[in-house]
Parts: sequence; C-alpha cells; structure tokens
Amino acid sequence: MTDQPTDRPEVRRPARRRPSRDAKLVVGLAVVGATVLFAIFGPMLTQDPRSSDNPVLVPPQPGHWLGTTSLGYDVLAQLAEGARGSLLVGVVAGLLAIVLSLVFGVVAGYARGATDEGLSLITNVMLVIPGLPLMIVVSSYLEVRSLWVVAIILGATAWPGAAVVLRLQARSLRSRDYVSAARVAGESTPRLLGMEILPNLLPLLTAQFLFAVVLSILGEAGLSYLGLGPNGSITWGTMLNEAQGGGALTRGAWWWFVPPGLMIAVLGCAMSLINFAIDEVIDPKLRQAPTAAKLQRKARKAGLDITSPAHDDDTPRPAPASRAPDPDDHKERVQA
Amino acid sequence: MSTLEVRHLVKDFRVRDGLRRGTLRAVDDVSFTLAAGRTVAVVGESGSGKSTVARMIAQLETPTAGEILLDGEPIGRRGRALARYRNQVQMVFQDPFASLNPYHPVSYHLERPLRIHGVARGKEVTPAVHRLLRSVELDPPEVFAAKRPHEMSGGQRQRIAIARALAPGARFLVADEPVSMLDVSIRLGVLSLLARLQREENLGVLYITHDLATARHFSDEIVVMLRGDVVEQGPSDQVILDPQHDYTKTLLAAAPDPSRHGRLRDEVRAELAAQAS
Repeated sequence: MTDQPTDRPEVRRPARRRPSRDAKLVVGLAVVGATVLFAIFGPMLTQDPRSSDNPVLVPPQPGHWLGTTSLGYDVLAQLAEGARGSLLVGVVAGLLAIVLSLVFGVVAGYARGATDEGLSLITNVMLVIPGLPLMIVVSSYLEVRSLWVVAIILGATAWPGAAVVLRLQARSLRSRDYVSAARVAGESTPRLLGMEILPNLLPLLTAQFLFAVVLSILGEAGLSYLGLGPNGSITWGTMLNEAQGGGALTRGAWWWFVPPGLMIAVLGCAMSLINFAIDEVIDPKLRQAPTAAKLQRKARKAGLDITSPAHDDDTPRPAPASRAPDPDDHKERVQA
Repeated sequence: MSTLEVRHLVKDFRVRDGLRRGTLRAVDDVSFTLAAGRTVAVVGESGSGKSTVARMIAQLETPTAGEILLDGEPIGRRGRALARYRNQVQMVFQDPFASLNPYHPVSYHLERPLRIHGVARGKEVTPAVHRLLRSVELDPPEVFAAKRPHEMSGGQRQRIAIARALAPGARFLVADEPVSMLDVSIRLGVLSLLARLQREENLGVLYITHDLATARHFSDEIVVMLRGDVVEQGPSDQVILDPQHDYTKTLLAAAPDPSRHGRLRDEVRAELAAQAS
C-alpha cells in the first residue's frame, strides 16, 4: 500500500530530505566520541576534582566554567572525572553483560534440548527479577564498593534481555544451510559458533552492547543517586547524589545538577542513535518506515482514502475487483 | 570397490499442532546401494522425504531406524569416526545462496575442509584452493578466491559449493537438488561439471531431484519416493521406459517431452479454438 502513492507526483517525496541512517550514525558517533575524548583529556586540563580550595557555590564564571559546589569543588573538574567513572562502569558492565548473554543466549540457541531449557530457565528468571531493586539489595549488602564491583553488579543484571534476542537469532542461524554445510565439512562446534554464527550476529551484538552500556550508565546513576554507588569514586551519579544532599535544587544551584544529568541524557541519546542506525542495517524495512509514514500523512491530507486497499481511483470497487491491477491480468489477456 | 549402503532407513519427526503431539514419518524404509563411479537418483515431489534422506546420509539428521554402511561397516557418528566419514561423504546443498556464509570469502570456504581433513597444510593450501577452483571451471582462480559469495552468480556459487564438497577428497557426493535454484540456462553446465568430476574422481553420486529427465540422463539407478515411501526402484531406463507405479507414470506425464512438442501445441490450439467458439 505504501508504495502506491509514489505513483502520484504531488505526494512523492525525495529520499534525501529525511535524516538518513548515515546522519544518525554520524551524530551518534560524534557525540559518543566527544564524550570519550572529554573523559580521557578532560581531567588533565581541569583542576583537581577533589580540591575544595575554591569559593563556595558560585555560578558559572571564568575560572569555574560550570561553577562550584557547596563544598567548593569545581563542577567542570568533577564532570570530567565523573565521565571517566561513568564510562568505565558502563563499558565494563556492558562487556560483562555481552559475555553473559553470549553464553546464555547463543549457546542455548545453538545447543537446543536440555542445555537450552536450563540456560533459558536461568535467563527467564533473571528477566523477571526487577533490575534496580536487585542492584539495590546487592549493593547495600556490600559495605565497600569500588567502581569495579558496581560495574560487575550492573553487568550481572543487564544481560537477560540481550540473551533472549541472541538466543532467537542463534536458533534461526543454526538452521541455515551454511552452518549445515560447515558441519558437513567437519567443523567443530566451537568453530561453528565462533566462525559461522558469531560473525553474522555482530550487528545485533553491537546493538545489544550499546544498549547494555546505556542501561549500565543509567543504572549506576540510579544507584549512586540512592547513595549505593561506588565509594570514593566520582561518577555523574555520585555528583547528582551530592547535589541532592547539598540542596542544590532548593538553593537554585542549577549548574550543579544540570551538567551531569545532561551528560547522561545526551550520551544515552547518542548511543541510541547509533543503535537505530545499526537496526536499519539489520532490518532494511525500517529504512523505509519514516518515508512511508510521511507519505501516508501527506496522502491523507490530500484527501486520498488510503485505508482501502484499492485507492488507485476514487470509486470504491467490489471486493474481487479491488485487487490492484497486476501484470498477470495483462498476461492472461495475451494468452486468451 | 567402495560402497555406501542405506538399509531400511526411517526418519520420524516430532510435530506439535497446538496441544496435540504426534510424529511425522518423513522417510519410511528406504534402501539402496551407492557404488563408486555410479549415480543413484532419488526422485519425488516436494515433501516426499528425499532431502531428509540426503541429510541423514550427510549426518545432519540421525535416522530413527535403519542403518548406513560405508564399505560394509556401520558408520561412526562421533569423534574421529565421524571425521573419517565426513572425509569420505560430502554434500552439495540445494540453495547456493544459503549454503555459503556471506561473511567469509571463497578462499575461506575452500581452505577449511582442506585443513580440517589434512589434505593440505601451510603453504600447500593456496595452490590447493586454486586447483579446486580450476577443477570447477572458475578461472582465474586468484580472482574467484578473493570474492565473497554475494559477488558471484548462482551458478558460480554452486560451483564453489561443489569444490568445497570435493576438497576433503570425498568418494561419495550427496547432491540435494543441485540445480533447482539455478537459471535453466546454466543448469546443464553445472550438471555436466558434476558428471565430469564423477568420471574423473570415480565418485559415487546420490542425485536428489524432482526432474525425471535429468535423473535418467545422469543416473544409473532411480529411486522414486512418494510421501516417505519408495514406490519404485530400479535401473534408470527400466523405470523411465516401463514405469510400474501410477505415481511414476504421473511424474513422467508431467514432464515436458520434446518429441511430443508439436502435438501438444496442436492440442492446446484445438482446446483454445473450442473455448473461443
């Protein structure tokens, strides 16, 4: 139905006007890249984030480009140090989640039978346990929490969603002829998984990894905000926690809580943009979706009835004739 | 002389329809013997179980009952015995667009069986790959070795799949409808290639097809299958020229016959004229 309005010149829309997959990818990569650079080089260029030798609670000004906190910490320096902490937690947790989802997803999908049942059961149990409460319970149980411990807790709770997706894809891939052909050629099971199935899972794996990273950064922020984050480290989450404790909101110190909040939001958006671009590579149908939606809106505005299957002319037709004119009609006529 | 023998092969699949469970007998009591240098054709319509026979011989499915004998010995299903079996018995799949991993170049597809079965090692591998490519008439081999599956036509892909099957030095080849996904114009070329390789390597070929004409042309024996059962079995000419079972007769009648072409056209014209009047 969606490709029919393109026959009409007035509703045709040039493909280049919509934000392309490349635009999403470029913007996403640029923002993530800038954040990573900020995390690497920021702390070198700013002052000591743990130095309170500053005027207290001053708004943004030269020298303190993002102001200071109620204890005299420089917000920009903390933001840069926090970027390191948050990204480290995100990447470590994301990697752990991907490794776990590979074991529980791909192995289960490939093995089938009892192995599949067992691994799927664990995945499903983990899937229905609400993530944040579990993290809170585990974190509050541990007295001393380093950045790494928090990352491991987050990674160990972020994998089941990815495992479900990967299991289904692996099930589909394992029955492909090229996997059978490799088996006939004599490949071992680990090689079948690693060399035949895994490469074809890469786009999906990348998407799931980015998703796990976003989830972990958000999870870390949530934990830290509740005071259950890593002790002694600075992350965007601990900054928000301190801003809350220091009464930033009631004192109107927006420069204290807006930057870390914004960084989390922007980084999450950027990673999602990259994910959208990857999704469109995996499923080319998504590429047409925005155009199709626009075409429908436009057609509706132009007063076209696009809900009926036969809208090639205005008069409604009886059901059997409403089938779009296809080349077969033509063929039948020629043969007769 | 080496033989691959199939005795009373049976395959049941478990099926679920809603809450009901049952078994579907895809293959019921199939027996035949494949000898080196000979071709057996298994003919039947879709769903007749002929591909399941192929997959059982390639050890992609385990038979529910019956046995497969290689040179009179029951075949190994695990470990080194399985590796030895794979060395001897290889398979060409129906769809050349699905049977090559889109991620790997041609050279990878051919190198792996060479390495796994110890046919070539180290520096010998690349020349061996080139020899294989030349043997399936893909010249120049350097160009084709570097290509990825999506850069080639269906016929070229199927030639790669044949080369891969020959790489371990197999003595028996299971060809599961090797040309049914290819354009009619290139089918004969691929079939002739298979026939030539069979002569040169003295291969035993199991040719799965739904096309009785090519089955007669390329095979010594024909097995006709219908819904898992063997309905007729015998030397090719005997099955084609003197079909005993109704189903074989139907299959033969459905195949276009060049010698009857003129009469058929006249019949159609007469029918059309009758309709018009």
